[in-house]
Amino acid sequence: MYCTLPAPDSDMATNVLMPALSPTMEQGKLTKWLKKEGDPVKSGDVIAEIETDKATMEVEAVDDGLIAKILVPDGTENVAVNTPIAVIAGEGETASSEVAPGSEPATPEPQPTPAVPMAPAAAPKGVPAEALPEGTAMVTMTVREALRDAMAEEMRRDETVFILGEEVAEYQGAYKITQGLLDEFGARRVVDTPITEHGFAGLGVGAAMAGLRPIVEFMTFNFAMQAMDQIINSAAKTLYMSGGQMGCPVVFRGPNGAAARVAAQHSQDYCAWYSNVPGLKVVVPYTAADAKGLLKSAIRDPNPVIFLENEILYGHSFEVPQVEDHLVPIGVARIAREGKDVTIVSFGIGMTYAEKAATELEAQGIDAEILDLRTLRPMDTAAIVESVKKTGRCVTVEEGWPQCGIGAEISARLMEQAFDYLDAPVVRITGKDVPMPYAANLEKLALPSVAEVVEAVKAVCYR
Amino acid sequence: MAPSDTARSKPAPRKGKATPAQGPSFTREEELEAYRRMLLIRRFEERAGQMYGMGLIGGFCHLYIGQEAVVTGVMMVAKEGDQTITSYRDHGHMLACGMDPKGVMAELTGRRGGYSKGKGGSMHMFSKAKQFYGGHGIVGAQVPLGTGIAFANRYRGNDNVCFTYFGDGAANQGQVYESFNMAELWKLPVVYIVENNRYAMGTSVTRSSALTDFSKRGQSFNIPGEQVDGMDVRAVKAAAQRATDWCRGGNGPIILEMQTYRYRGHSMSDPAKYRSKEEVQKMREEHDPIEQVRQRLLSGKQASEDELKAIDAEVRATIAEAVDFASHDAEPDPAELWTDVLHPAGAGL
Repeated sequence: MYCTLPAPDSDMATNVLMPALSPTMEQGKLTKWLKKEGDPVKSGDVIAEIETDKATMEVEAVDDGLIAKILVPDGTENVAVNTPIAVIAGEGETASSEVAPGSEPATPEPQPTPAVPMAPAAAPKGVPAEALPEGTAMVTMTVREALRDAMAEEMRRDETVFILGEEVAEYQGAYKITQGLLDEFGARRVVDTPITEHGFAGLGVGAAMAGLRPIVEFMTFNFAMQAMDQIINSAAKTLYMSGGQMGCPVVFRGPNGAAARVAAQHSQDYCAWYSNVPGLKVVVPYTAADAKGLLKSAIRDPNPVIFLENEILYGHSFEVPQVEDHLVPIGVARIAREGKDVTIVSFGIGMTYAEKAATELEAQGIDAEILDLRTLRPMDTAAIVESVKKTGRCVTVEEGWPQCGIGAEISARLMEQAFDYLDAPVVRITGKDVPMPYAANLEKLALPSVAEVVEAVKAVCYR
Repeated sequence: MAPSDTARSKPAPRKGKATPAQGPSFTREEELEAYRRMLLIRRFEERAGQMYGMGLIGGFCHLYIGQEAVVTGVMMVAKEGDQTITSYRDHGHMLACGMDPKGVMAELTGRRGGYSKGKGGSMHMFSKAKQFYGGHGIVGAQVPLGTGIAFANRYRGNDNVCFTYFGDGAANQGQVYESFNMAELWKLPVVYIVENNRYAMGTSVTRSSALTDFSKRGQSFNIPGEQVDGMDVRAVKAAAQRATDWCRGGNGPIILEMQTYRYRGHSMSDPAKYRSKEEVQKMREEHDPIEQVRQRLLSGKQASEDELKAIDAEVRATIAEAVDFASHDAEPDPAELWTDVLHPAGAGL
């Protein structure tokens, strides 16, 4: 249940606004009105159902009165948060009451599309580095759907693949990544666990040692710290400690890094942590095509793979090749944008800053090349060096902390392998060296910004 | 069985015939088998201790001397495909699983012929062929792993069980209870074997554990448990039989607290100042697991001194061969530094 906030309004009529169901929600679908115009409502009555790709929720009236007007009809998709969806008139008013005057800047017209669309509008390049056969059909899907499809395809292909984690089965996934999997594969292969990360991570590793292929979902990677010993000491090191005998084909996956407004304990980026560990592969997809192709590769990989997703990217849509078995190799970077003046190296959600910055820079006459690493371990150093040989300059972008971060690593590798090609010192754009604050303004400051990337690029270009 | 049935938290339900009042008895063949297997572990560990003193074995080395009856008795009821996983005090378990003493000893000396090519050492050895899953150096970490191996048994629908060993020290780790919960929830075929040797490194159970009856540690999960004389291989075998019957019957996990004793220190560097020499001496004289079998065999006229001496000689020869191999085998090739970090069949780079 979700209580809508009444818009500050006249004492007679109240606008019901589209509520946000989660910190990252920006739009949703108005599934169904349970009241019609003219119906009386009491505070607490459920008046409508709304839905996002993560959840369905009920909208409650917060005032007594009449439904004076329904502003957004049943079935409208992409209704932006805070759009007025109905007007509740006070007692004594008629059903034909107009929208309260002057209080809402937004036009209270039914809107099939939101006035302010979400980020995917910044058209992703989404061109995989892999050569696709000419005429390959593409289908638009969200990262969320791509991940789900990857798991479903691999579970159909290999009976030993199963998924284990909190709320993965009956709840359909805390972030709806496993939606529908229980129905198709049953409770034997889609296993809800107790809230016991250390225990179920170890259980997954044990099952992998015994020859199964578990996908262990962490509701978020923040909780995987509870399981760190099993991930590092048991999963990553056993092949080596056993002289190559005892492999551990497990995938640990889930959202990593900052979501929105969830503060320090739920906002950490673990890219650098896992990248530090030999024996692990670390994958951080950005596009839906890569999310799908890399997750399928990760599930087939005989090694433990850390698969770092991002909550904010889950709802982003990209073009995905409509092919029988879309695999993206682990360890190969993707040139997301070709350019000649500077190389911007990023991965995961960092790519959103890089792409927007490149667009701005283009307007300023700087032609940036963007390299999407996709895999952090093994890192495709050759691709970075190759690009920097061409551009002579490099800026790295990540949401993680600066010290011993991915940018620091890239910078060191370039010093070692491309020093003579650098025309300027490498500059790192990272999350700030602080725990993530809650306040909206501080949180924004703590994360990288497009402006920072633009400034850094200009600095290394001496512009 | 009803989840609320408190009877389940009593010592393990006896399935099948009742235990004889005097304790279970062994046939002559079983006695001799137990004697041979325990002696192999004892002699192996004694030599490992010596070799450590000579500098041939480095790092940590945790000896199993005194506890031989536990793994020996359990393995007497194991069937093809059952798995074993334990902590770092693992040499005895490997020998009991049928792993080659040469390969184990060579791993202790860090040689290329060791089970892990010299990369694992005393605490980290594995054998897929013998269903031995390590050899784990982090106290308690093997418990979720063993639970996961049992999960794989259930997933595959076979009737194998995973013997998951841990000590009284590990029994205080949180992940043990996370495992208990899932194992009972999903009725996983895992026998949790608490080797209570009375000391978590240097801290006695009474100083570290609020509840020192480890068989009861599964009570809040409705997992049955039983305390067993872990110095009597017959009692161990009988309890293990009951436990495996329970697991194979689809009833979920069970706990066996094996009351045992280690004669040596926690590791080679342990001066064992936390207990008296008299305490150790008393255990050796009155409860030694190998001596018990020996005395029964001799007093019951089931075996002669000469027969036992022959077994002793045979065991010594096996160990001598292992020591010789482990002392002369080459160290790993330097190129091995870089192998086995990742499985080469991995997709991608």
